[in-house]
Amino acid sequence: MPKQIDRLGDPVRRISRRAMLAGTAGAFGTATLPFGKAHARQQDRPNVPDDPTKVQGRDASELGTRSQFEQVRRSAGRSSSQTPHQDLDGIITPSDLHYERHHGGIPEIDPDRHSLLIHGMVERDTMFTVADLKRFPSRSVIHFMECSGNGGRSYRNRRTEDVTPQQVDGLTSTSEWTGVPLATLMREVGVDPEASWILAEGGDAAVMTRSIPMGKVMDDALIAYGQNGEALRPEQGYPIRLFLPGWEGSASVKWIRRIEVGDEAFMTREETSKYTDPLPDGTARQFSFTMDTKSIITFPAYPDTLPERGWWEMSGLAWSGRGRISRVEISTDGGQSWSDAELQGPVLPICHTRFRAAFNWQGDETVVLSRATDETGYVQPTLDELIAVRGIGTRYHHNHIRGCRIRPNGSTVFTVDA
Amino acid sequence: MRVATPRSAGVWTAVAVVIVASAAIAAQQDQPERFGFGRPATEAEIAAWDIDVTPDGTGLPPGGGTAVEGRSIYVEKCEICHGAHGEGRPFSQLVGREPRQGFPFGNQPSLVRTIGNYWPFAPTLYDYTFRTMPFDEPGTLEPDEVYALTAFLLYLNDIVAEDDVIDANTLPRVQMPARDKFVGDNRRGGRELR
Ligand code: HEC
Repeated sequence: MPKQIDRLGDPVRRISRRAMLAGTAGAFGTATLPFGKAHARQQDRPNVPDDPTKVQGRDASELGTRSQFEQVRRSAGRSSSQTPHQDLDGIITPSDLHYERHHGGIPEIDPDRHSLLIHGMVERDTMFTVADLKRFPSRSVIHFMECSGNGGRSYRNRRTEDVTPQQVDGLTSTSEWTGVPLATLMREVGVDPEASWILAEGGDAAVMTRSIPMGKVMDDALIAYGQNGEALRPEQGYPIRLFLPGWEGSASVKWIRRIEVGDEAFMTREETSKYTDPLPDGTARQFSFTMDTKSIITFPAYPDTLPERGWWEMSGLAWSGRGRISRVEISTDGGQSWSDAELQGPVLPICHTRFRAAFNWQGDETVVLSRATDETGYVQPTLDELIAVRGIGTRYHHNHIRGCRIRPNGSTVFTVDA
Repeated sequence: MRVATPRSAGVWTAVAVVIVASAAIAAQQDQPERFGFGRPATEAEIAAWDIDVTPDGTGLPPGGGTAVEGRSIYVEKCEICHGAHGEGRPFSQLVGREPRQGFPFGNQPSLVRTIGNYWPFAPTLYDYTFRTMPFDEPGTLEPDEVYALTAFLLYLNDIVAEDDVIDANTLPRVQMPARDKFVGDNRRGGRELR
């Protein structure tokens, strides 16, 4: 049985995609799913009527659920979980599949008992209830958020092959975020013009703290309470979180309860011991907030198997913490030549952007890669280029080119060989 | 809020007109400098949450402690997770000065970053320990305990002596080995890779 059929949860989608692309809808069922095996497999599948046009379907419900055939899941450890990019399309990550990372678990918070304190270099130290915050003029924005550790496992070990997009790059997701601009709150409390940093502090067991420069605070920082049209998920900071577009996820402090305004960085453990980048020249870069331009291929990717030669559509995501993606190129020869992929709209600033490119696989060993460029002209580097400027010891900001190697038998493995 | 349900198309039209009209009014009004939402925070409320400690020692409470005092607290409350000598089993390594020369972390992935070789500011150790540790009972340490534990961890890292008193006055003056290693972010986008 071809490997991709075994992949948890998406036999239906993959089959239909392949059938459409390769134009072998009829042949497929018999050619690659021998009847006996298909039948055996049918036994473990959820029971559905033979002909759904001959029985009434089920009633409406208060809360929708996925089809029982769709078993999309985050992969989850104790303090992080990863988005299954290989199973998703478009650019929005379903809220329950948005990646998570926390430093003291997910707190349970009663929104009626949660407040945001803003104090320090302000005219009025003020306590805002969640209801107060929702009364201010709101704003909704669609942005990606990425953990700065995302992609790390493909950085130090360039021989890593049997890893899925979720396992390598699942710590990035895109949502629509709704909230009140932090600049509005700063005006409300009368921020001192001399103030240059804030400390954002969470109400979780880590009492997570990060210093944020005032420029970002007044530019596009949001105190968010909504995600994809509903309240934030608990793992995303319910009832309120800081959201800093384009910046490493850890700075967007969740369950935020306190903002102290000051005129210096506070130098917390999360911006000294952690989330700093030692460089080859013997210094360490601090406050490296912005997420650099990056792209990943979500199909084909390990453990997909291409069952036959011919035309296939490659698909993936590209994003930049500095603005819009202006271009994504793909290579099917390991980076020797590149051609433009199609950017699928909407192409939003600081947002996952879906790209697609058809390629004709001739059955040879083929390395397919993607390379993104953003509107500032930044071009996604190769692993070697990145290591040359950052050093092999760095732990964050791993935005190098990656893709997959398609073997002559159609099986695929992850690769960073560009 | 209770809203009467409009029953006829005529009412719907009326509602729509009202919405359009009020939207137009709102759009014409400038957003005020202040809305007056929220309430003044009390000093007690601020004091209860304002626990951060900055490199100059701002935020450090009264109290103090030495490594000698810290050792017994460490054995009782920290050792199980960080090891008898802070060697970091099963969790984070808390002690390590190697390499004594240079700051080669960028090139050597196997080097463990610790308080002794990587933390730039000693007061951060107070701040972090007070707010988060012990991991299974966060936020339960008294200031004197945190001072003593801070002294003990700095002592294990060969940064202070065993009987040095660590308090609000001395902690900000402790020179950390990695103090001058940190630089700002010079990435700017565009063609240059940094
Ligand atoms: C139940 C296990 C546990 C206990 C007990 C515990 N810790 Fe920790 N400690 C951890 C974990 C886990 C981390 C890493 C947390 C993270 O990275 O978010 C940590 C991190 C730390 C760090 C930061 C290390 C670094 O280099 O960033 C310090 C300092 C620390 N602990 C001190 C203490 C002290 C002092 C005590 C005793 C009062 C203590 N811990 C008790 C589990 C524990």
